[in-house]
Amino acid sequence: MRSSKLNRPLLAAAALATGVYCVAGALPDARAADAIAVGVIAPKSHILGQAIFHAAELSVAQFNARGGVNGRKIELQEYNTNFSAADSARAFQRAVQSDGVVAMVGVFTSEVALSLMPWSSRLKTPLIITGAASSQIPERVHAQPERFKYVFHGYVNSAILARQGCIVAHDVFTNNPRLKKYDRAVIFSEDAAWTKPVDAAYQKCLPKAGMKVVDHIRFAPDTSDFTPIYSRIKNDHANVIMAAIAHVGVKPVVQWHQQQIPALFSGINGQAGSSKFWDATNGATEGVITGTPGLAGAPLTDKSAAFYAAYKKRFHVDEPAYDAYTTFDAMSALEDALGKAPNTSGDALVKALEQTDITGVLGRVAFHGLNDKDAHEVVFNEDPKKGQSFVGFQWQHGKQVIIWPPKLATGHVVVPSFVAAGH
Amino acid sequence: MELLLQILISGFIIGAIYALGAAGLTIIFGVSGILNLAHGAIVVLAALVAWYCALQLHMGIYWGGLAGVAAAVVTTYVLYALVVLPLSRSRQMAADELPVFLFVATLLFALILQGLLEWFFGSTPVATPALIDGVIHIGGNTVPLNSVLIGVVAWMVLGGLWLFISFTRLGKAMLAASMSPRGLAIIGYDIGRIHLLVWGLYGLLAGIAGVLLASFIGASSGVAINLTATAFTIVILGGLGNVLGSLAAAYILGFLGTLTAFLIAPSLREIPGLCLLIIILYLRPQGLFGRH
Repeated sequence: MRSSKLNRPLLAAAALATGVYCVAGALPDARAADAIAVGVIAPKSHILGQAIFHAAELSVAQFNARGGVNGRKIELQEYNTNFSAADSARAFQRAVQSDGVVAMVGVFTSEVALSLMPWSSRLKTPLIITGAASSQIPERVHAQPERFKYVFHGYVNSAILARQGCIVAHDVFTNNPRLKKYDRAVIFSEDAAWTKPVDAAYQKCLPKAGMKVVDHIRFAPDTSDFTPIYSRIKNDHANVIMAAIAHVGVKPVVQWHQQQIPALFSGINGQAGSSKFWDATNGATEGVITGTPGLAGAPLTDKSAAFYAAYKKRFHVDEPAYDAYTTFDAMSALEDALGKAPNTSGDALVKALEQTDITGVLGRVAFHGLNDKDAHEVVFNEDPKKGQSFVGFQWQHGKQVIIWPPKLATGHVVVPSFVAAGH
Repeated sequence: MELLLQILISGFIIGAIYALGAAGLTIIFGVSGILNLAHGAIVVLAALVAWYCALQLHMGIYWGGLAGVAAAVVTTYVLYALVVLPLSRSRQMAADELPVFLFVATLLFALILQGLLEWFFGSTPVATPALIDGVIHIGGNTVPLNSVLIGVVAWMVLGGLWLFISFTRLGKAMLAASMSPRGLAIIGYDIGRIHLLVWGLYGLLAGIAGVLLASFIGASSGVAINLTATAFTIVILGGLGNVLGSLAAAYILGFLGTLTAFLIAPSLREIPGLCLLIIILYLRPQGLFGRH
């Protein structure tokens, strides 16, 4: 009896705790009924992954500040890919099945993007890929439209990137009397899914741009010492390195600078768009030329400057990486679709996304139809009024100077002191 | 000729960094009998702290480098105080099981440290500023002065280590501890203090290796496991606990890897060394310079 009395407060506490637990357990559902859960997925520890998270956060903050859609706000859920397809697949399932996510945005690596595509179909949840460039993404959607219709590509594919790299090479080097002697290129690519179409496109378009391809080097992304590769490039007498790198960036650039390799470092360098790259390389990126969909607030549309300023203010970084721009535009497209769709089911969102036609920070945002070759990929066009556009720039004295297209150019190519056309 | 010279220069520098990294590991094994799997993580910690202090805190490369080395020493003592010492004194496990537990415990410490480094510094590689700017031209090869300096500094540190072990009372005691700890205790030395010294020395060597590595090719949390694997290959190839054996093995691996990278493919750099290790383990399990 005494024991029973002693246990009464304990029982009351247990009952209270159970009640609190039940109410708390019910809370997420109640919140989910109010807010719309959207997922963002990327490698949290990587420069380009952080840019994806930042841009999604900024977009949602602005969207919610505007009042959301029909009074409903977006609740952003973050997931880490850890560069692992298995981790990403588990995260995608958890997002949809446990967290009630209605669409997922992000993904940096092509290998992860390709592995998530089937999950997007199985879970009937839209996936907008914003950092990975593999040409296989639109190709697979085109080949199996009914299966992969939930997948959208908010970034241009690698073949387009290569083509743009060649156009910049033509306009900036071979068609420029001052730099036309820079015409011996070596293709320099990290061994990853996204670079295979780049290499193939470079092989075709560089000769058309007036450059001779003197060598083709693919290297493992975990390569530490680039001395043997640079030795080969010097022996080839190449004077332009046409890169296709994004997983790596710091080591090849630092060693290019330290070893004073007498070739211009150009092509596609995914990490170089971020100002963090200047810090990570300790300024060795001085003179590096690359192309990117967005850059330094280049006034591609009337929204570019506002995004640029808000991003810098919120995250205290000088320059957002390319996938910050693409992610922000993808989020804008999704927010637009949420407003148009009758409900948040995957099929309703897909139909609404297919109707997207808005102005983003990189240009017009619209997606190719399922019958197009680049199915469900964002429309690309050199004119920002017609599609996502592209900018070429060079690092000069710690700043990104736009060198292409001519109408946006803020400067000219400066050849680093150790680079020479003939060596 | 130009290529041969380049291979010789690269092999010399890589070998020097390998040797420095492995020297501490082999001393720890020689004196304490512990195979420290947290080695790569400690080297990377020094590199990342040096970069952070030099560039983010604007301390400059030399003060940043010192901070990196200090961080490695402190972390090594944390490993010793929180993991090695309590396990070594534990009465919960049989003496013959202790090395296995210590082996696993250092692995767990490495994973924790690597996770913390990735969380704090990110996974993107970073490079510290060059210790010295400029290049020299040797037989048609352009060699960064920084790389030459790194090789020279590594050898100066190794030379200092040799002088310390050979000519100082503490160094000789350390050497004696690796041969007969009981004998050393009988003549009045405190073995605990010797272990404390050895772990500090190990942290110092790993820290310097990390700072030089960050300046030479850059570093990131992801390379910790590779650094541990390379150091282990060297230590086992040279003979466990044999410092001179480790130096020789570091150069064998350094030149073998450099030759492979230059003549076949950079991505195959590690393969010949690992094949050699398997052959040595078959033919001479005690390593090239080890004793039975």
